[in-house]
Amino acid sequence: MSSFLDFLQRPADLTPRRSFLTSSGLMLSGTAVALLAGNDALAADPKAAKAAPKSGNPDNDVQILNTALGAELEAIAAYQLGAESKLLEKPVLALAVTFQGHHKEHVKVLSDTITKLGGKPVAAKAKYDFPVDKLKAQADVLRFAASLEQGAVSAYLGAVPLFTNRDLAKAAASILGDEAMHWAVLRQALGEEPVPAAFMS
Amino acid sequence: MNWVVLLVLVGSGGRIKGDPTKGEAIYARCQACHALDYDRTGPHHCGVVGRKAGTVKDFQYSEAMKKSGLTWNVKTLDRFLSAPTEVVPGTAMTYAGVPDPQERADLIAWLAQQKCKEPK
Repeated sequence: MSSFLDFLQRPADLTPRRSFLTSSGLMLSGTAVALLAGNDALAADPKAAKAAPKSGNPDNDVQILNTALGAELEAIAAYQLGAESKLLEKPVLALAVTFQGHHKEHVKVLSDTITKLGGKPVAAKAKYDFPVDKLKAQADVLRFAASLEQGAVSAYLGAVPLFTNRDLAKAAASILGDEAMHWAVLRQALGEEPVPAAFMS
Repeated sequence: MNWVVLLVLVGSGGRIKGDPTKGEAIYARCQACHALDYDRTGPHHCGVVGRKAGTVKDFQYSEAMKKSGLTWNVKTLDRFLSAPTEVVPGTAMTYAGVPDPQERADLIAWLAQQKCKEPK
């Protein structure tokens, strides 16, 4: 619902952004765009790469990707904490490891894309702070992971409209879909309504 | 046009009364990057109201945030949260914002209520 409300509240935003996209002369690397979009065929095809959409200031897109990368790196560490907590039963542990694997894939593609766009990917922190004193049972770990995944959905939702390159926005939306599935499955594992609403915000 | 509609159109600017009981659910959107009492991708929010922007110790802020000159209060938080990258261009908080003035007011009211320990 929120995105429709956004449209109603800020209709004037659309025109300048569209105009900005079409008037800018900068071209993103088609390979990088394809890389993040997970489109190997596009990445390998120079003609398709040339058709990559125009963008405004690529530094802005790099910043968005780097913020997402920082959160993904933290998510990997959080799942590692959960996996090593000895609080998770076998099927739940397998789930956590699978989801951590997805976040590792996100990190790989985000890092590669940032590099190809001329940016410097943020590195993982040497140490992350987590609320370990509140993680006493499997449900606590699941609830903590669910809160991160829900936040990730909102974060990507808030990032998608900021990209100047639409292919990057599309790719970020693809990650958003993955995070939303994580959140729903974690809620299901907690015995909660897996999909509590028709819209995310 | 009534006054309620007018207020929504011009943005709250801190003039809409926030309901802190609704703010916690809105804060769930922030939890990919923020926590109340420890730093994550974003800085902790405990004590944010009244804090000068870009001043949490040991947190690596963007240059833009460090130079923003903002001090977080109801009015500045409301403005920033409406469109972070427009209010502080160059911020690492690459998030489109919370466009609903009432939701912003609720979120800020909840944040202001949080009594938690500053991280060590």
